[in-house]
Amino acid sequence: MRAYTSYEPLTEYVLRCADNTLVLGHRISEWCGHGPILEQDIALTNMALDLLGQSRMYLKYAAELLGHEETEDSVAFLRDAMQFRNSLLVEQPNGDFAHTIVRSLIFDSFHYFFSEQLIRSKDQQLADIAAKSLKEITYHRKFSSEWSIRLGDGTEESNRRMQTAIDDLWRYKGELLTPDEIDNEMKEKGIGVDLNLIAPSVDNYLSQVLSRANLQLPQDEFMQKGGKQGLHSEHLGYILAELQFMQRAYPGLNW
Amino acid sequence: MSESSMLEKFEDKIKREVKIEPREWMPDAYRKTLVRQISQHAHSEIVGMLPEANWITRAPSMRRKVALLAKVQDEAGHGLYLYSAAETLGTSRKEMVDDLLSGKAKYSSIFNYPTITWADIGAIGWLVDGAAIMNQVPLCRTSYGPYARAMVRICKEESFHQRQGYEIMLTLAQGSEEQKAMAQDALDRWWWPSLMMFGPSDKDSKHSAQSMAWKIKRKSNDELRQNFVDATVPQARLIGLTIPDPDLKWNEERGSYDFGEIDWEEFWNVVKGNGPCNKQRLDARNKAHEEGRWVREAALAFAEKQAKRKSEKEQVA
Repeated sequence: MRAYTSYEPLTEYVLRCADNTLVLGHRISEWCGHGPILEQDIALTNMALDLLGQSRMYLKYAAELLGHEETEDSVAFLRDAMQFRNSLLVEQPNGDFAHTIVRSLIFDSFHYFFSEQLIRSKDQQLADIAAKSLKEITYHRKFSSEWSIRLGDGTEESNRRMQTAIDDLWRYKGELLTPDEIDNEMKEKGIGVDLNLIAPSVDNYLSQVLSRANLQLPQDEFMQKGGKQGLHSEHLGYILAELQFMQRAYPGLNW
Repeated sequence: MSESSMLEKFEDKIKREVKIEPREWMPDAYRKTLVRQISQHAHSEIVGMLPEANWITRAPSMRRKVALLAKVQDEAGHGLYLYSAAETLGTSRKEMVDDLLSGKAKYSSIFNYPTITWADIGAIGWLVDGAAIMNQVPLCRTSYGPYARAMVRICKEESFHQRQGYEIMLTLAQGSEEQKAMAQDALDRWWWPSLMMFGPSDKDSKHSAQSMAWKIKRKSNDELRQNFVDATVPQARLIGLTIPDPDLKWNEERGSYDFGEIDWEEFWNVVKGNGPCNKQRLDARNKAHEEGRWVREAALAFAEKQAKRKSEKEQVA
């Protein structure tokens, strides 16, 4: 599996972090003004803000590593789909509230254990960003876990919708926890996180939440992959069409 | 105490600028007027999220995106504490929201206009939030305590939004020809609807006189509209934009700007539901409400289960 652009391993790694938070922040921001309850509209917007704020730190670092005259905006707005390094999970559509919650539950569970380890990175910038983000990520994980339990253990309908969302999205979990060459190289250099180390914690956490929520772990073990290497689903192109519209329509201007 | 002596006590408080608080006696019409006004205000915050949220996913830079998202979130927060203020008068949030969704309750007509380009986000911040501040600053002294206190907090945030919107316009006005044209076009489209935000002219405003007497309202519609024009015209000039009003000119004698006649036919048309986006806005609110129904039902069912589990546990213990 190859992407048509390859970056230095550290840049690849930083872009994965930047794009996961950018794309999920974008998706969650689509809820703003349309949430099921006003309080939850505010909470979702909070999470989108946190994620985009985290993304900006990673984007700035990526811009610095890329050199030339790259900025957070050129990195966010002027790369095409194959140059994005987010996991497939975060680009999946919002669907109903159940899909949004389950997508966040899976991502937040990963993101929490990942960032907890990233704080120990030998790369000071990554360690600092992770340290700054962990409190927010802890809150996100609490929110998505509590809502998973509430909806899983709510009504028959909410339980059915949650189970459907889990069955639909579970296949995107594997990519988050399965190391590739970049992950291995970064881990060996003491920069990146050992995904094999955090995988059992993530799985354990998820099965605890699902069990409290009266939800079943999917039996099908097949996992989709490709996002973090730059091979995406059809959804990402539409996200970029919106995200990048202004910078593409009016190149090189100050806003 | 007889009704007439309670009324006397109430009117005395109004006279002495003592705030009326939730549990105190108040005339039914005062209560009704406040519920109408505060809930309309809350609905305006909620519906007002829609035209701005329309640009969150397309904001031109990361900095602008985050600022816009935070701004729209502030509006949601304003809606929340205005609903709470109205609830202190004995009307539930559910009743108020139902009235919005059925089209019975009104909200500010300004949000029935579309946000077509990025410059509209600047124009809304500058003009719409600017007009809102003109309306709302006097409301910090309104006679009903919870409303006055909510307004203090809201005004602080609105003035931040207004500066942010003006700064977007300034950036565009200093930019490329395309950006300047975008800014001027947005001003052209938002100017008159912004003036309409102050409501009908004093002579045609059916609720104004009583509201002034109760000190719910502290300044008249026309007075506020004039203040807004006087404050905004120099701001437009400063960044090289032209107010779309050929009759606009400085009146030395009054120390104010004279301005052209508002198209009241358009105003009443939008109030009656015929604005460019009335249907779209109400549909969006109804859609969110309908699609959120199962979530609210599930949250309620879960809370009941939890309460039952807790009480069973306590019985065993």
